[in-house]
Amino acid sequence: MPKKRGADIVIDVLLEEGVDTVFGLPGGAIMEVYDALFDAPLRNILARHEQAAAHMADGYARATGRVGVVMATSGPGATNLVTGLATAHMDSVPLVAITGQVPRNYIGTDAFQEADVVGITRPITKHNFLVTDIKDLALILREAFYIARTGRPGPVLVDIPKDITQQEYNYKMPTEKDVQDALPGYKPHYEGNPIQIKKAAELIRKAKRPVLYVGGGVIIGNASEELRELAELTRIPVTTTNMGKGAFDENHPLALHMLGMHGTYYANMAVYHSDLLIAVGARFDDRVTGKIDEFAPEAKIIHIDIDPASISKNIHVDVPIVGDVKNVLQKLLKELKKKPVEWVKARESWLKQIEKWKEKHPLTYQKSDKIIKPQYVIEEIYNITKGEAIISAGVGQHQMWAAMFYKYKYPRQFLNSGGLGTMGYGFPAAVGAKLGRPDKTVFAIEGDGSFVMNMQDVITAVQYRLPIKIAIINNEFLGMVRQWQQLFYDSRYSSVCLAVHPDFVKLAEAMGAVGLRATKPSEVREVLQKAMEINDRPVIMDFVVDREENVLPMVPAGKSYREMIVSPKQKGEAETMYLVG
Amino acid sequence: MTENIKTVKVRPQPKSETGKHIIIVRVQHNFGVLTRITSLFAGRGYNIESLTVGKTHEPNVARITIVVEGNERVVEQIIKQLRKLIETLRVRDITTVPHIERELALIKVHAGEEKARDEIMRLVNIFRAKVVDVSVDTYTIEITGDSEKLEAFINLLKPFGLKDIARTGVLALTRESAKEGLQEHKVE
Ligand SMILES: Cc1ncc(C[n+]2csc(CCOP(=O)(O)OP(=O)(O)O)c2C)c(N)n1
Ligand SMILES: [Mg+2]
Repeated sequence: MPKKRGADIVIDVLLEEGVDTVFGLPGGAIMEVYDALFDAPLRNILARHEQAAAHMADGYARATGRVGVVMATSGPGATNLVTGLATAHMDSVPLVAITGQVPRNYIGTDAFQEADVVGITRPITKHNFLVTDIKDLALILREAFYIARTGRPGPVLVDIPKDITQQEYNYKMPTEKDVQDALPGYKPHYEGNPIQIKKAAELIRKAKRPVLYVGGGVIIGNASEELRELAELTRIPVTTTNMGKGAFDENHPLALHMLGMHGTYYANMAVYHSDLLIAVGARFDDRVTGKIDEFAPEAKIIHIDIDPASISKNIHVDVPIVGDVKNVLQKLLKELKKKPVEWVKARESWLKQIEKWKEKHPLTYQKSDKIIKPQYVIEEIYNITKGEAIISAGVGQHQMWAAMFYKYKYPRQFLNSGGLGTMGYGFPAAVGAKLGRPDKTVFAIEGDGSFVMNMQDVITAVQYRLPIKIAIINNEFLGMVRQWQQLFYDSRYSSVCLAVHPDFVKLAEAMGAVGLRATKPSEVREVLQKAMEINDRPVIMDFVVDREENVLPMVPAGKSYREMIVSPKQKGEAETMYLVG
Repeated sequence: MTENIKTVKVRPQPKSETGKHIIIVRVQHNFGVLTRITSLFAGRGYNIESLTVGKTHEPNVARITIVVEGNERVVEQIIKQLRKLIETLRVRDITTVPHIERELALIKVHAGEEKARDEIMRLVNIFRAKVVDVSVDTYTIEITGDSEKLEAFINLLKPFGLKDIARTGVLALTRESAKEGLQEHKVE
């Protein structure tokens, strides 16, 4: 085998791992790798900001289930990746980040563009490596891919000093076995404990008011089919977290939609009153549970998750099952089918009760024909895309409306920064999603605040002719913060008014995209129709919406579901909200 | 419009007692592995009482002994997080397993007067410690034992005036004799 440059070894491993697209932006320390990329059979997407590049790789990974790859140079290039890595880490997204580092003999000397990238990214990656010897380069890169995609996935960073990328070495491609031998302590494959699964089946048989609480783990673990079968077999209603959206068809009669802070009334009521909560690939995060000791106070809890550290972290669990969710659900189904399913009938009164809650407070909003309601825009996006589009969202009120008013039906359909809550995620993630799923219509539903955090990368979408639909829900506010100020800070609107915006239509045109605007409800449909016709470049739609619309229902942070605010405030009423309980 | 959930129900929370735990971690001895472990503690606000690292008889395997104070929930979380580290080979909480626990301390104590010197020497003998350095007005003493013994010894020396102390932190191995069901015998 001929000698190869370190940079060429990097490309070889990418190809070996089946990578077809890399996102990034070059610089001094990673120039050798970009030189090797120049004629590599890979799609190399030049972003305009490394943070956007990381979100692109993330969107690509979430939409396809494959590992996203991002590259950056040392120092500022690598530090710009930080938010993207933390975002992916919180939501268990498989990424491999390759960063250039200053040459080995300069490390630790405060050299130009030197930063301790491995140190900085240690707590926000699943694992990271500094390559110190070219002998290890190929193996480390393969380990990075293996770690990123197996177990509970996550981002892995490999920091490569420039001199190693330039050095030549006679290497052999490490095998999967070499990789596993190099990681003796890492055992990512779990099968659920059969005794625990039996116990879970017993609890499910006995339960009178069970609820399935489903998180992103079901999507990551490709277990949607098993979940549907379980729900239908046992007639157990399903509520999903924000991250679990799409794991269960939201048009299904057993769907309770989202739970938690901005969950539906009926989902939260069902969870509150349940006697058995089956958590699948979810982690009882505070935005879901509210006040933890009043969360599902009467329920026994079964918790299925691949990450042992997620179990009993926030709440005491009665039946923990550590394992790959798909595998566990398959075994649970088998176990349940051993006995006749008579007991399911006992569920009907529970389902009737839930129907009543659904009728009492369906997910709705006050409609208007004078002013555009943000929820209306989402509904119209749903209609025009027939519920089939991939939706990527920023962070804020628009994100919640995108979660609530678009009914998701398949996994990997809704992309958003659920864990870290990263404004600026939505649009670049849509770029990655479109590159990964060119067959799909991809919408970025953005806030006016979130969008401007990474709007420079519209240029990237123009360059690669990506017909991404960007819908700005423009309330001229950092709306979610404004909502909290209204509810909890006596309407003192401190630093939330985005009074000055660029003209988004002109901005779009200046960047080579198409710009459209709707200021009246009657224009919404038309704008969307026009946008759908464009297929060679991005479209920015500026929807000028009701400025002070609130996201409801809402369980205030740290409160119990009993204190859910269900309806918007009515004129002339003394206090602002209807409390439950 | 108001839905009444009349009584406030509360989830029963498991009780947890605070106590000292000895956790043994075997890791791949790569550079940076110790930082990973310590930053895991620091990032979560867990306090380490002591941490010792050393090579083992196996190549590229290091053994880390960590003593932490915390309730069951916190310690369980610590152990799970330690297990989650890619370079971790094995984690055990040996607090309740029969084990031998040792720590070494070097103690510099004021010993100017005749009377103090005699008294300190008496304590040194009782505790089977060793004087390893003598100056005009100090003794430097070496002592090994479990943490309790060390604490007791240090407390008794306090009235003389301590100048400095260096402690290694706890080392621990499980007792093979206990495992084999043999009668437990202390070999001092
Ligand atoms: C990077 C970042 N900075 C700050 C926040 C805090 N934050 C959460 S929502 C929000 C407002 C978002 O405004 P916009 O994108 O216009 O969305 P809207 O709520 O108005 O729909 C802010 C500032 C955040 N989540 N992320
Ligand atoms: Mg806004």
